[in-house]
Amino acid sequence: MVEPKYKKGIKTFIYHLLVLAGAFVMLYPLLWMFFSSFKPHEDVFGLGARILPVRWVFENYPYGWAGFGGISFSKFFSNSLVIAVVGTIGSVFSSALVAFGFARIKFKGRNFWFVCMMLTMMLPGQVTMIPRYIMFHKFGWIDTFLPLIVPHYFAQAFFVFLNMQFINGLPKELDESAYVDGCSRFGIFRYIILPLIVPSLATSAVFSFIWSWDDFMGPLLYLNKPALYPVSIALRMYSDPTALTNYGALFAMSSLSLLPILLIFIFGQRYLVEGISTTGLKG
Amino acid sequence: MADSRTAATETSRQGLWSRIVNNDNICGYIFIAPFIIGFLVFTIIPMGASLFLSFTKYDILGAPQWIGLQNFKTMFTQDPKFWKSFWVTVKYVFIAIPLRLLFALMIALVLSKDTKGTSFYRASYYLPSLIGGSIAIAVLWKRIFGTGSVINSLLAMLGININYSWIGNPKTALLTLIILAVWQFGSPMLIFLSGIKQIPRSYYEAARIDGASGGACFFRITLPLLTPVIFFNLIMQMITGFMVFTQGYIITEGGPLDSTLFYALYMYRQSFTYYNMGYGCAMAWFMLVIIAIMTSIVFKSSSAWVYYESME
Repeated sequence: MVEPKYKKGIKTFIYHLLVLAGAFVMLYPLLWMFFSSFKPHEDVFGLGARILPVRWVFENYPYGWAGFGGISFSKFFSNSLVIAVVGTIGSVFSSALVAFGFARIKFKGRNFWFVCMMLTMMLPGQVTMIPRYIMFHKFGWIDTFLPLIVPHYFAQAFFVFLNMQFINGLPKELDESAYVDGCSRFGIFRYIILPLIVPSLATSAVFSFIWSWDDFMGPLLYLNKPALYPVSIALRMYSDPTALTNYGALFAMSSLSLLPILLIFIFGQRYLVEGISTTGLKG
Repeated sequence: MADSRTAATETSRQGLWSRIVNNDNICGYIFIAPFIIGFLVFTIIPMGASLFLSFTKYDILGAPQWIGLQNFKTMFTQDPKFWKSFWVTVKYVFIAIPLRLLFALMIALVLSKDTKGTSFYRASYYLPSLIGGSIAIAVLWKRIFGTGSVINSLLAMLGININYSWIGNPKTALLTLIILAVWQFGSPMLIFLSGIKQIPRSYYEAARIDGASGGACFFRITLPLLTPVIFFNLIMQMITGFMVFTQGYIITEGGPLDSTLFYALYMYRQSFTYYNMGYGCAMAWFMLVIIAIMTSIVFKSSSAWVYYESME
């Protein structure tokens, strides 16, 4: 039973047509937002569902970038960047360290701590939210970036798990021969394992950065001064109807806020897909 | 390698130090120390504090006042908003999560065959889930489903005329948030895709030879072998579903008429708007218990529907 060639061709054509249509529906809101950032204010809703602008304007970007309350988006973006980058560095390296401990060293109580760690993945953050706030309040860390950065330096379960999966895939003989040569555990980690798990470090970095960049509740709790706002909070303030009359500018800044994530998506897609499929991370 | 040699000889020169770094028990704990410290400081102590505070009246300025079970009594018997927010969240989780997983599974099946453009398709279906958590998207959603909205002009093209704002209407406000959640089915889709890829081709070939139809292949091979993945997704998605906050906070602000007052949102307001932190902690613990019960129900039920190959 061989299908005639033309029949197969029609089937393939319909498949692609449907999948493309679906992809368009999925991307429609994003396309609408992006192109609306080039529409004059009155056209944003005047044109309804139409994606492409009738009159192209580019003023929305400089207008939006000027920000509000005398603080421009350069400040908000640099705040976001500092929080995300400094936090990511901590979470990538502390998680790699812990992953090596769990994956390669047999010590008493290893299973107990491992189970504890896996349980933290399932713990709803809200349970610790209030006491953490009180704690950081007592430390005098409110209105600093510290509550958003410091916890990242104590390993995150998802990334530990991800790195462990990767380390478990490396032959044990590597460590053993180095060990026989007189290399310490730290030496093995630093000079043998770390260079080999660069892909899973990259995956952790990509996710950590995106989560940090998107985080809303953390900054909402801990940052009250506009000069400290990251982009997420700034956008929310900016979208407040009382503060804003220009939707084109709002969508211009919204589009820009997605830019770092889109760049990661384009250049680091491999790491994203790998991370999701090996651990079932949420994206 | 030259570096590692010098590092190694240096450490072996120092007797006690080398014994420490070569002892697995000490060494293991040094490596996992960041986790243990973080776990104690940011998880265990806060959890304990939260449990203690749930029996107190506390506004962060004064000292906590022990009031026994009063917070729980108020929650269960005198606070209609508590139950409202609870049921709104349950409704959200029970509609949005199964729908999201269903879409994820269906699209994963459609995209599982490798044809031209597959990677482009996968990317476009995945993208919304990657950026869906951004504030930009929440802000956008507010405009898409608000007054004079995009969705209404889309529907008008199809000949359906609706004039109200979806977000302003208590009947549809939650629906817009559910649509937002379902739209982000991309990451479970990728998990399903990698699960489908791991199913050996030979299973299907054998089934074909025995004359099995496409439907039979799906229900007898694909679906059973994917149940562990579905199980894992269900648990993780359910937990994150119960924690939903940002969307309700930005898009609908809990309204109209509390129709989207998510549990986490109400808890946030109690704790950080009214500074009833003791009450907030009581709410947090109640949620933890509910999630634990739900999770254990799914775990218990798993023996009936999750298929593990190794058991055969």
